[in-house]
Amino acid sequence: MTLDELNAITQKEKAGRKETCVRTCMSTGCMSSGAGEIKKALDKEVAEKGLVGKVEVRRVGCMGLCGGGPLVTVEPGNKIYQHVTPETAPSIIDTFLGGEAIPKEGDPNSPFYTRQTSVVRANAGRIDPERIEDYIEAGGYQALHRALYEMNPHQIVEAVNKSGLRGRGGAGFPTGIKWATVAKAPGDLKYIVCNGDEGDPGAFMDSSILESSPHSVLEGMAIAAFAVGASEGFLYVRAEYPLAISRLQTAIRQAKAKGLLGSHIFESTFSFNVEIRIGAGAFVCGEETALMASIEGGRGQPRPRPPFPAEKGLWGKPTLINNVETFANIAPIIEHGADWYASKGTEKSKGTKVFSLTGNVRNNGLIEVPMGITIREIVEDLGGGATEGRTIKAVQTGGPSGGCIPASLFDTAVDYNSLMAVGSIMGSGGMVVLDDHTNMVELAKFYMEFCVEESCGKCIPCRAGTVQIAHLLTKILERKGTPADVEQLEELCEMVKNTSLCGLGQTAPNPVLSTLRYFRNEYLALLQEEK
Amino acid sequence: MKDTTNPLASEDKRWKIVDAKMRRYAYQPHALIETLHTVQETFGFLDEDALRFVASSLHVPLSKVYGVATFYNFFKLKPQGEHTCVVCMGTACYVKGANKIVKAIEEHTGIKPGETTPDRQLSLLTARCIGACSIAPAVIYDGQVASRQTPEAALEKIQNMEPQETAAL
Repeated sequence: MTLDELNAITQKEKAGRKETCVRTCMSTGCMSSGAGEIKKALDKEVAEKGLVGKVEVRRVGCMGLCGGGPLVTVEPGNKIYQHVTPETAPSIIDTFLGGEAIPKEGDPNSPFYTRQTSVVRANAGRIDPERIEDYIEAGGYQALHRALYEMNPHQIVEAVNKSGLRGRGGAGFPTGIKWATVAKAPGDLKYIVCNGDEGDPGAFMDSSILESSPHSVLEGMAIAAFAVGASEGFLYVRAEYPLAISRLQTAIRQAKAKGLLGSHIFESTFSFNVEIRIGAGAFVCGEETALMASIEGGRGQPRPRPPFPAEKGLWGKPTLINNVETFANIAPIIEHGADWYASKGTEKSKGTKVFSLTGNVRNNGLIEVPMGITIREIVEDLGGGATEGRTIKAVQTGGPSGGCIPASLFDTAVDYNSLMAVGSIMGSGGMVVLDDHTNMVELAKFYMEFCVEESCGKCIPCRAGTVQIAHLLTKILERKGTPADVEQLEELCEMVKNTSLCGLGQTAPNPVLSTLRYFRNEYLALLQEEK
Repeated sequence: MKDTTNPLASEDKRWKIVDAKMRRYAYQPHALIETLHTVQETFGFLDEDALRFVASSLHVPLSKVYGVATFYNFFKLKPQGEHTCVVCMGTACYVKGANKIVKAIEEHTGIKPGETTPDRQLSLLTARCIGACSIAPAVIYDGQVASRQTPEAALEKIQNMEPQETAAL
């Protein structure tokens, strides 16, 4: 593959496009509601009405408003149809012949769409994730070519550094610094690892990126490999995401066939191979040292850091670990420049972040917003506020490692530091909206039981501490708790937080601590009357 | 009892699939998890014969193989029922009542998550999160994701799944 050949694919694709494009969302959410049948119904109607020359029906990735799915869009005209069924789908095709569409039409000018800024999700809902030609037409692999032929590794690391990109897995470590450390680490053999073990229950950003635009992640990984001097990479994906895994396998095969992965990429001396590793259901494997242990074929138990993976990672070699969304940001940064990226977001949190907005809110789905947007804007403008007759009480971010932010603090800006200041974390992007029907103590117990189950058992504070915290929460919920139990609960939380080995244990008490901080009255209301 | 000395010599062709997977990784110990995935795909669960076979082929102590198999939620050491019902227990599903679905199924079938009905028809499982949060609560019936489930819908689905012809043992 040369640049000319790449551009030729783009030209050919563009020339083959038809007047009207009907897109059907084919991601997990919409697929579960019959998207496959809808696509068939659309194809059939196009053929029957003799519109094959004018109308094309494309299968695409996630369109974002998953709660309104299955979704179908039509271009030109910028129409979005919601809750489409195989029965109502043909009427969409009939609109081209003067008919009327039966499915409900969404408003493309609603804040849900207009308030978003798409960088990572630019291709989602537009391209066919199983056709590399679609990705190339959308500008794909241009950044990799530029990285290989117009930049040197040092300049790439510098660009990532300057962009201000921070790790999207949750902790927010500056990506450029990580890359520079691995690039500087001595040794011929280095590894790239993509962390796709999106364990936060209630979050599906990474699965959606992998399902909608798998090549974005592969391209990001390849650029990273060139920048730090690695030639082998692993993509660790949860077994719970079969669709993402199958699309990644397809993407890797196609990229290899086109010479965009494998040996001599773009006919250069640079080679990079990627292997998929399927997780087996362990939340702790999202922790980088545990993830590496799992890739090596062992139990996913973390080890103390330092040494950091950047120095001693997989099989003791320098290893660069970033999460899916971080890698998906790389090609746009190289393509449009570090300054372009850094112009988005806030001073300390640059760029955009993908969130999965779920729970008790009108618009459920995936959103990509610039950092610095307030929680209120996300919940009320994009999310459309509470569902009928309910009031929103809080938002939970960061999953079992995060906390609950009460409605009174909804003017908090969404950036790494501000969220930390109110006792939660950015996390990987889960945002679950809770309304007045949610019992906060029960929610805290839900998360704690999750951590009890998922604690790897290596260090005592986490293994035993989480069990004791869960016991105390159960006791309180059974109305057998006393004020002394609440005191002990707080003490235990601090202990687990300060003495656990890895991130799982250190953050496990967060849901309890943050609900104690903002919803203490709910705990107190459950306590036994003093006798 | 299967021939545990060399399953490859047995009639059962499925061992060859497992062996092919290990060969692809040149029988390196780090292929352990990938191999166990293949065993589960082909046999449905991991039994002692399989664990021994994988251990000896990859030159990994049996204790380590057992350790890995029991560490990860995904690996099943017991045979599963004819049908499976996986209730997602991610946060989004939880706040929308997934626990009520589990409870209803528990009461109807008399089994708890992780268990299989005595007639080996149905296995009830829970998942940490299947990433279908916006259509919560989600339940996977025999590999098919269903959206916006209720206890009633789940029970109806399950009743339609059973009874099925029992596989010849």
